[in-house]
Amino acid sequence: MSRTGTATGGALTDVRLDDAPDLPAERDAVVGSAGRKNRRQRGERLMVPKADFRSYYGLPVLNQPTWEAPDIGGYLFLGGLAGASSTLAAAAEFTGRPKLARALKAGAATAITGSLYNLVHDLGRPERFINMLRVVKVTSPMSIGSWLLAGYAPMAIVAAGTEVTGRFTMVGRLATVGAALLGPGIASYTAALISNTAVPAWHEGHREMPLLFVGSAAASAGGLGLLVTPCAEAGPARRAALLGAVTELAMTRRLEQRLGPLAEPMQQDTGGALIRAGKAFTATAVLTLALAGRNRKATVLAGAALLAGSLCTRLGIFHAGLASAKDPKYTVGPQRERLDARGTRAVVPT
Amino acid sequence: MTFDLREAAGTGTDPATAGGYRDHPERVGFFTDTSVCIGCKACEVACKEWNAVPEDGLLFTGMSYDNSVGLGADTWRHVAFIEQPRQLGRQETYLAPTELPGDLKQAAAGRTPVSLGMPASAPPDGAVGAVREMDFRWLMSSDVCKHCTHAACLDVCPTGSLFRTEFGTVVVQEDICNGCGYCVPACPFGVIDKRPSDGRVWKCTMCYDRLSVGQEPACAKSCPTDSIQFGELEELRERAGRRVLALQAAGVGSARLYGADPDDGVGGAGAFFLLLDEPEVYGLPPDPVVTTRDLPAMWRRVGVAAAGLLIGLIAVAMPVGGRRTGGHR
Amino acid sequence: MRQPISIGSWPVWRQLTAADPFGRAAAVRSSHSASLEARTATADRVVKSICPYCAVGCAQNVYVRDERVVQIEGDPDSPVSRGRLCPKGAATLQLTTDSGRLEKVLYRPPHAREWRELDLDTAMDMIADRVIRTRRDTWEWEYDGLQVNRTMGIASLGGATLDNEENYLIKKLFTGLGVVQVENQARVCHSSTVIGLGTSFGRGGATTFMQDLQHSDCIIIEGSNFAEAHPVGFQWVMEAKARGATVIHVDPRFTRTSALADLHVPIRAGADIAFLGGIINKVLTEEKDFREYVLAYTNASTIVGEQFRDTEDLDGLFSGFDADVHQYDETSWQYEGTQVATSSGDRDVAYERRLAARRQVNPAGRGEKFGSGTAALDGDPRQDPTLRDPRCVYQILKRHFSRYTPEMVERVTGIPQDVFDQVCRHLIEASGPERTSAFVYAVGWTQHTDGSQFIRAASILQLLLGNIGRPGGGIQALRGHASIQGSTDIPTLFNLLPGYIPMPHAHRQGDFDDFIDGDAARKGFWSNLRAYMASMLKAWWGPVAQPENGFCFDYLPRITGSHSAYDTTLEQLKGTCKGYFLLGENPAVGSANARMQRLGMAKLDWLVVRDFSLIESATWWKDGPEIESGELSTEQIGTEVFFMPAAAHTEKSGSFTNTNRMLQWHHQAVEPAGDQRSELWFTYHLGRIIRAKLAGSTDPMDRPILDLTWDYPTEGRTGEPMAEAVLAEINGWDGDGRPLSNYNELRDDGSTTCGVWIYCGVYADGINQSARRKPGQEQNWIGAEWSWAWPANRRVLYNRASARPDGQPWSERKRLVWWDEQAGRWTGHDVPDFEPTKRPDYQPPEGAEGVAALRGTDAFIMQADGLGWLYVPTGVLDGPLPTHYEPQDSPVRNPLYGQQRNPARLLRPHPENRYQPSGSEPGAEIFPYVVTTYRLTEHFTAGAMTRNNPYLAELQPEFFCEVSPELATERGLEHAGWATIVTARNAIEARVLVTSRMAPLRVDGRVIHQIGLPFHWGPNGYSRGDAANELSAISLDPNSHIQEVKAFSADIRPGRRPRGSSRPAMVRDYQRRAGITERTGTEV
Ligand SMILES: Nc1nc2c(c(=O)[nH]1)N[C@H]1C(S)=C(S)[C@@H](COP(=O)(O)OP(=O)(O)OC[C@H]3O[C@@H](n4cnc5c(=O)[nH]c(N)nc54)[C@H](O)[C@@H]3O)O[C@H]1N2
Ligand SMILES: Nc1nc2c(c(=O)[nH]1)N[C@H]1C(S)=C(S)[C@@H](COP(=O)(O)OP(=O)(O)OC[C@H]3O[C@@H](n4cnc5c(=O)[nH]c(N)nc54)[C@H](O)[C@@H]3O)O[C@H]1N2
Ligand code: SF4
Ligand code: SF4
Ligand code: SF4
Ligand code: SF4
Ligand code: SF4
Ligand SMILES: [Mo]
Repeated sequence: MSRTGTATGGALTDVRLDDAPDLPAERDAVVGSAGRKNRRQRGERLMVPKADFRSYYGLPVLNQPTWEAPDIGGYLFLGGLAGASSTLAAAAEFTGRPKLARALKAGAATAITGSLYNLVHDLGRPERFINMLRVVKVTSPMSIGSWLLAGYAPMAIVAAGTEVTGRFTMVGRLATVGAALLGPGIASYTAALISNTAVPAWHEGHREMPLLFVGSAAASAGGLGLLVTPCAEAGPARRAALLGAVTELAMTRRLEQRLGPLAEPMQQDTGGALIRAGKAFTATAVLTLALAGRNRKATVLAGAALLAGSLCTRLGIFHAGLASAKDPKYTVGPQRERLDARGTRAVVPT
Repeated sequence: MTFDLREAAGTGTDPATAGGYRDHPERVGFFTDTSVCIGCKACEVACKEWNAVPEDGLLFTGMSYDNSVGLGADTWRHVAFIEQPRQLGRQETYLAPTELPGDLKQAAAGRTPVSLGMPASAPPDGAVGAVREMDFRWLMSSDVCKHCTHAACLDVCPTGSLFRTEFGTVVVQEDICNGCGYCVPACPFGVIDKRPSDGRVWKCTMCYDRLSVGQEPACAKSCPTDSIQFGELEELRERAGRRVLALQAAGVGSARLYGADPDDGVGGAGAFFLLLDEPEVYGLPPDPVVTTRDLPAMWRRVGVAAAGLLIGLIAVAMPVGGRRTGGHR
Repeated sequence: MRQPISIGSWPVWRQLTAADPFGRAAAVRSSHSASLEARTATADRVVKSICPYCAVGCAQNVYVRDERVVQIEGDPDSPVSRGRLCPKGAATLQLTTDSGRLEKVLYRPPHAREWRELDLDTAMDMIADRVIRTRRDTWEWEYDGLQVNRTMGIASLGGATLDNEENYLIKKLFTGLGVVQVENQARVCHSSTVIGLGTSFGRGGATTFMQDLQHSDCIIIEGSNFAEAHPVGFQWVMEAKARGATVIHVDPRFTRTSALADLHVPIRAGADIAFLGGIINKVLTEEKDFREYVLAYTNASTIVGEQFRDTEDLDGLFSGFDADVHQYDETSWQYEGTQVATSSGDRDVAYERRLAARRQVNPAGRGEKFGSGTAALDGDPRQDPTLRDPRCVYQILKRHFSRYTPEMVERVTGIPQDVFDQVCRHLIEASGPERTSAFVYAVGWTQHTDGSQFIRAASILQLLLGNIGRPGGGIQALRGHASIQGSTDIPTLFNLLPGYIPMPHAHRQGDFDDFIDGDAARKGFWSNLRAYMASMLKAWWGPVAQPENGFCFDYLPRITGSHSAYDTTLEQLKGTCKGYFLLGENPAVGSANARMQRLGMAKLDWLVVRDFSLIESATWWKDGPEIESGELSTEQIGTEVFFMPAAAHTEKSGSFTNTNRMLQWHHQAVEPAGDQRSELWFTYHLGRIIRAKLAGSTDPMDRPILDLTWDYPTEGRTGEPMAEAVLAEINGWDGDGRPLSNYNELRDDGSTTCGVWIYCGVYADGINQSARRKPGQEQNWIGAEWSWAWPANRRVLYNRASARPDGQPWSERKRLVWWDEQAGRWTGHDVPDFEPTKRPDYQPPEGAEGVAALRGTDAFIMQADGLGWLYVPTGVLDGPLPTHYEPQDSPVRNPLYGQQRNPARLLRPHPENRYQPSGSEPGAEIFPYVVTTYRLTEHFTAGAMTRNNPYLAELQPEFFCEVSPELATERGLEHAGWATIVTARNAIEARVLVTSRMAPLRVDGRVIHQIGLPFHWGPNGYSRGDAANELSAISLDPNSHIQEVKAFSADIRPGRRPRGSSRPAMVRDYQRRAGITERTGTEV
C-alpha cells in the first residue's frame, strides 16, 4: 500500500499552503497535462478529411461594408465625373469653348449634388452629416474628402449657377477656377477612400486605384462633353475621353494582373460582370472615337458608352470589393502567404 | 502631405501619450487565455447586460454551440466553438470505438455524407470515410475588439467619433457617430459594425464607463475561469509570455500568442489571445495590418493622379497640331 | 446632447492647440464621453444578494437607483464565486427587470377560452375559499381503518427556487391544513442523493464544499456536467488542475467539462454502477484500499447474518425478494446479532407491503429520513478486524463485485479495458494518506431507477480509498436550484418533516413516544430525535403543544405510502386530488412524462400557478400540445386556473441553501411591482385568511390550523412578513426566548422551540449568521465567517476522519482537523465534526446510549454505529449493495445477471405511461437508441427563467438533439435539419446537431448509439421547442421516487414530427409495432 509516489505527475496539492500569503499569484490550469505521453491511438470514426483551407465555418473574417452599391458605387462615379468635369470645364472656358464649359459646369454641379445626396443618404444618421467637419483627419480619406467637398461643391454649384444665369460673372470665374483646382482631388481621393480599408480587393489595389479612378473620371467627363456639346467644341472632351479611357483600361488590366488570386472577385459574379461591361463600353467608345471621331451620332454614342463604362467600372470595383470581403479565403490566403514567406509561422499543431 | 502614421500612433510609445493625454493611466487591455475557457458565454451576456446591447436574433446555426456567429453591432463579445479531430496537449478523449463495425461502414457507404459544418472537418464532396486515430478537442475562445495600437477604425473615422481614450482603448462616441460606415470595412478583424435600427456603429468600449471609476470590464469580471484577464497591458504581455511557455512545456505544443507582438501589423493589440490553433481557425486574420499603414503611399499616388488629371485635362484643351482657329463653324 | 458653442469646443481647434494633431484622442473626446458615469458608481445603494438560479450560490451585488434595480453583478467578496457569474447569473438583471414577467393576477374560469384579470385580494379570497371547500369535501379521518387526519384533495409542488423561510411556512401551513402531498423539485432532482449519501455516511448532503476541490489530487466528474451546470463552481476544479490534479470526466457525451479534462471517458448512460463496481473490484482484489482508514471508520469488519444471500447467488437478486409485490424484506440483510423487526422504519415497510399486496399504496420512500440521521440498529454486531471472516462486510463486498471485471466493465459500459485501467490508476494513485481524490456527481447519477445505488457505489469506493472527511476528498453532490438543498432540509416533501424527521405514518395508532421509540437510534446524535421533534412541534403549535398531549403530535396528518409528486399526478388523473398549487415549478416541461402531468391537471377543480411568467403549466388548457392534437379541447376543461405573479429574489429577503449546505441571505433591494408577491407573502396571507374564515369553528379538523402559531410581523406597502422573524423561528429559542446557538441545546421537555433542528445556530446570538459576509480574501479557504452552513457551520463533513484514529493527521499535507492533546480538544481549520472534547481513545462505558455511546474514533457521528457504511443492512430498499441493472427502457440485455431491471423499481403503469420492450425482448429493436437528457449552460431547467430572457435565448435559440456522425449516417439525419424522436409515450421534433462529441459505443459486441437531448424547451416563451420530457416515462427509483430521465430507449428519424392528430397516431403505431401492452416492461 504505497501510494505516495508521484505517478500522477504535477505538483502535490497541499492544504497548508492556502493559509500562506506566498501563494503563487498565477495558478493557471494546464488542461490535458495528465494524459499519457505516448498514448495508443485507438479506433476509427466516420469522419471527413481535413479541408485544405481553414476558416471559421467559412464565415468572413471581415465585417461586410455597410455601404449600399447605388449610394457609394454611384458616389464614386459621380464624384469622378464632377471633379474631372470641373477641371475640363475651366480648361474649356479658358481656351474659348464656352458651350463645352457650360455643359460641363452644369454636369459637374448636377453630379456633385447627386453625389452629395448619395453620401448623405448612405449615412446611418444623415442629420449628423455636419459632424464630418468636426475634425480634420489626414488618416481618413473620408475626412479629407469631406473638407474637399466642402470647398468644392459650393464652387462647382456657384460656377454652374453663374454660368447659367449669367450673373456675378467675376464670382463665377473664381468659382470655376477653384472648382477646377479642387476637381482632381474630388476625382481621385475616392481611390484612397476605398483602398484605405481592410477589404482585400480594394486595399491591395491601392497602387492602381488612384490612376484608374482619375482615368475613369476623365473618361466620364470627356464622355459627358461629347454627349452634350457640338463636335466643334468637343475636341478637348474627345481627347480627355481617349486619354481617360485608355488609362482606365490599362489600369484595370494592371490591377487584375497584379492582384493574382485576389483578382478573382473582379472576374466573377456581379463585380466581374460589371467590370467586363465597363471594359466593353469603354473599349467600344475608344474604338468609335478612333474610327468615327467626327461623326456626331457616333460621338454621342461614344460619350454615352464612356459614361456607362465608367459607371460600370466603378460599380464593378465596388462589388468586387464586397465579394472579396465576403469570402474568408481572400482575407486569409494572402495573409497566410505573407506570414509563410516571412517564415514567422507560429508553432504548428499536428 | 508628409506624415508618418506609425510615428504618430507612437510605435513603442504609449498611444494615449501620442493622443495628447497628459498624466493618463497605464494602458490597459485583455489577455484572453482560451486554453482555460469553458465556453460558458458569461462574457457575452455580462457585456450585453452592462451595455444594454440589443439581442441579436434567434438563429440556430449548427456551428457547434456557437449561435451568435461573430462580432458585430449587437455582439461585442463572441465565443467561438471549434470541434476538431486533433489532440489537445496530452488530453485523452477516447471518442472512437476500438473498431467501426462492418455493417455501420456499409450503411455509411450507401448514404450521402453528413456535413459536420466544422471548420477543420468540412465534408468532402462525395464520400464519407472512416478515419483511424480519432483525436478530438473542443476549442472555445472569446473574441472581442482588439483595441489596436494602430486602430484602422479610429484612423478612418471622419468625425472623430472613434477615439483613443486615456486608457489606450478605442471607443465609439455614440453622440458623434453619423453612421458613415467607414470604420466597418476598415477594421481588419471584422469587429465593428452598424446597427441597422439605429444607424450608428457599435463595438466593445472596454467598458470605458467602468474603467473611469476604477472598475474592471463586465466581461472579465464575470469570467468563471479567468480566461479573460484584464489588467495593465505590459504586465499582461509578460504573464502571457510565461503562460505560453508553461503550456508548451506541458505538451500543449499548439499554444501561441496572437496579437501580443507590438511589432505586428496593428502595433500589437490591446486585447490579445492565447490560441491553440491558427488564428484563421477561430475566424481571426492571421496577419492583420492596419490599412492606414499604406495610406501615405495611397495619398502620394492620389496626389500624383490628381496632378496628372489636372495637367492632363488642361493639356487636352491646349491647342494641338498647330494653331487652332476660333471655332469650327 | 447640446454642445456649448465656442471655438474651443470645436475639435479642429483642439487638434491645433492640443497635442493631438491627428485628431485621434484627446482633441475629439465628446461631451457624452466626458460625462459618462458607470451606473455601478452612481447607484443609491448596493444590496447584497445571491444568484437565484443554481445551487453554486454565487454572491451578487444588486445596484439600486431611484428604487429601480439598475445592475446586478458578482460580489468579489464571496469565497465561493469570487465575484464571477455564469451567463445565467450575468443575466439576472434581465430576469428580474425586463423579461416576460407579469404584474397582474390572471384568472381563467372553468371552461373559459381566455384569461381575465382579477384583483389580488379577490384572488386570495377565492383561493382561500377553494382550499376550505376542497379540504372539507375530501377530509379523511381514517384510511384503511387507521387514523390519518388529512386531505388528499389538495397538493402543492415547488420550492427549490424559494427561500428557506418560504419553504418553512409552506410546509407548516399545508401540514397544519392536513395536506400531505407537499412536494418540490428535490423529488425529481436529487432525492436519491439523500438516500445514497445518508445511508452511507449519516447525512444526505455533499460531504465537502466546492472550494475544497482545489486540494484534490484527482477529481472524477461523473454523472455531472460540472462546467456547464455549475460553471462558477468549476473554477475550483481549474484551481486543482493548476496545482497538478488529474481531472477525469466520465459522461456519455463529450461536453464543455470534458473539453477541460485530462481524460474524457465516454460511457453508456445508465451503466455507472458497472463502472464503479469495476473499480471497487479492482481496489479490493489488488488490496489497494486504505486499510487503516477502512478498519477504523467503516463497517468493513462487521459480520452480516448468515441468512443473507447475494446477487451472486441469486442471479441478480438479493435474499428476501417478494416477487408478488416487487419488494424486498430486509430481515435477511441484517448484521449478525442485530434485529430489524422492532425498528419502526421497517414496520412501515411491512405495513406498506401488506397494502401493496392489495394494490393500495406504494412504498413511501423512507430512505430520505437518512438525510441527517441513521437507521436504528438494535444490538451490537460482531466484528472481525482481520477482515477474513467470509461473512464480514469486506468479504461480502469482494464477492459481490468479483463479477465486475474489466472485461465485464467493457461489455456493460462500452469503456475499453485500457481506458478503465487508466482511470483506476489515476484514482488509486491519488488516494491514501498523502493524497486525496474527490468524486463529483449530479443528476447524471440520481435520475435512474436505481439512482440511489449509483451514489452508494461511489460512497463505497470513497470509503475504501479513505477519501471521506478529508481535504480534497469527499463526494461533491452538485445540487440543482438555488435552494434545493434548503427545500430538502426544511423540507417541502411529503415524507419528511424539517431536518429529515420522518413524517408519521398512519399504521401506528401510536403517539409521540411510539414515534420516537421507533425512529430514534440508540447510538449517535440521532438518539436526540425526541428533543428535535418536540422543539419542532413547539415551533408549530406553540403553547398548545405540551408534553401531555405529545406536543400535538396528533395534529400531524399521516402518510399511508407514497404521496410523491408522481403519485399526485395519478391522484389527479383518478380525480382524488382536486386542487393544486404550483409554487415555482413547471411540471408540464420538467417532470417525466410531461403529457401525463398536463392530463392530470386537466382533471383538477382548481389550479394556482405562482411564477414570473406564463409557464407551460399555466397555459396548457389553452395552447398545450394536447389542444393542438385535438386530444383535449379548451371548452371541455373545467379546471379553474389562477395565475399569481411572483416576486423575484431582488424583491424579497430570505436565505438560500447552496449545494454545500450553506445558508446565504439575500436582502430585498426593491419592492415588487403590481400584484407581484413573494411566496412568504402568499403563504402567510393565505393562512391568515383561511384562519380568519375558520375562526370560531369547532370542527376538530380545524384545530391544527387554528392552533398553528401564525403571527409574523409584516412590513412595507404589501404587508410582507418579515423573513428574519421566520428565520428566528427556524433557529429556535429557549424558554426565555433567547435564540439558541446549537442543536445540542435542544430539550425534549418542551422548554425549547426550534423549527428546523439542523438549522439551529443560524440565528445564534440573535444575529442572522447566514448574512455574514466577511470577504473570502480575509479568511482561509474554509471561509467559515462567510454565511453559515449546517451542521454547526461545518464545511467538510465527517472531518474527524481527516485524522488517524489516534487523532493526528494522516499526513502533513492533508491536515484538516486533529486532536490537540494539550488543549484537550479537537482543533483544526474546519469546525470539527465531532464532540469537541471527546478524546480519540475514548471508549464508551458498558451500556452507554446516545452520543456517549460513540467511540473516540466514530467519525460518522450520525450513524447508529458511528461508522461509514460500505454495506447498508437497512434503509435502502433495493439492496444492501449496489448492483448493475439496466434502465427500465434499454436496448441492451443486462450482461451481468439474468435479472434485467432493478427488481424493486417503482412503476406506474397507465395508458399514458407505457413502457417499452428491453434488451432481447421482441419489439426492443423498434427503439434501438439510448436517449439521455441534460442541461446547457445557457438555459435553466424547464426554461422559464432563461427562454424568456433574450440574452440567453439567443445563445441557444432552439431545441436540438446531439447525434454522432455515425448515427446521422445510419438514419439519414441532416446536420442543422430536423429529426423526430419517438418513444412509447410521445413523439417530438428537434434540430439536429451532428457532432463527433457523441461517440458510438461498443457494448457487448454491439454498437450502441446515444442521442442527447437538452430538456429545457417547451412551447411557451421567447425561444420555444418541444419538451424532451414528452418522451420520458414515469419509472422510479424505489427509495427516492426519482424518475429515470437519464437513460431510456427511443427511435430517431429524419424530418419534422407530424402535426395535429397524426402525432398521437404515430405514437400508437410505434406501440403497435413494438407489441406494447399494459404489461410490457412491468415484469420483475
Ligand atoms: N446551466 C444550467 N445549470 C444548472 C441547471 C440548468 O438547468 N442549467 N440546473 C440545475 C439543476 S436543477 C441541477 S439538478 C444541476 C444538474 O447538473 P448536472 O447533473 O451536471 O446536469 P445534467 O446536464 O442534467 O447531467 C449531467 C451529465 O450527465 C450525463 N449523463 C446522463 N446520463 C448519464 C449516466 O447514466 N451516467 C453518467 N455518468 N452520466 C450521465 C449527461 O450527459 C450530462 O452531461 O444543474 C443545476 N445547474
Ligand atoms: N428529462 C429531464 N427532465 C428533468 C431533468 C433532466 O435532467 N432531464 N432534471 C430534473 C431536475 S434536476 C429538476 S430540478 C427539474 C426542474 O424542473 P422545474 O422545477 O419544473 O423547472 P424550473 O424551470 O426550474 O421551474 C421553476 C419555476 O419557478 C419559477 N420561479 C423562480 N423563482 C421563483 C420564485 O421566487 N417564486 C415563484 N413562485 N416562482 C419562481 C421559475 O420561473 C420557473 O418557472 O427538472 C427535472 N426534469
Ligand atoms: S479591432 Fe477593429 S474595431 Fe477594434 S480597435 Fe482594432 S480596428 Fe478598431
Ligand atoms: S460610422 Fe461612425 S464611428 Fe464609424 S467611421 Fe463613421 S462616424 Fe466614425
Ligand atoms: S470590455 Fe465591456 S464592452 Fe467590451 S466586451 Fe467586455 S463587457 Fe463588453
Ligand atoms: S471567456 Fe470566460 S466567460 Fe467567456 S466563455 Fe470563456 S470561460 Fe466563459
Ligand atoms: S447560475 Fe449558478 S453558477 Fe451561474 S451565477 Fe448563478 S449560482 Fe453561479
Ligand atoms: Mo435539479
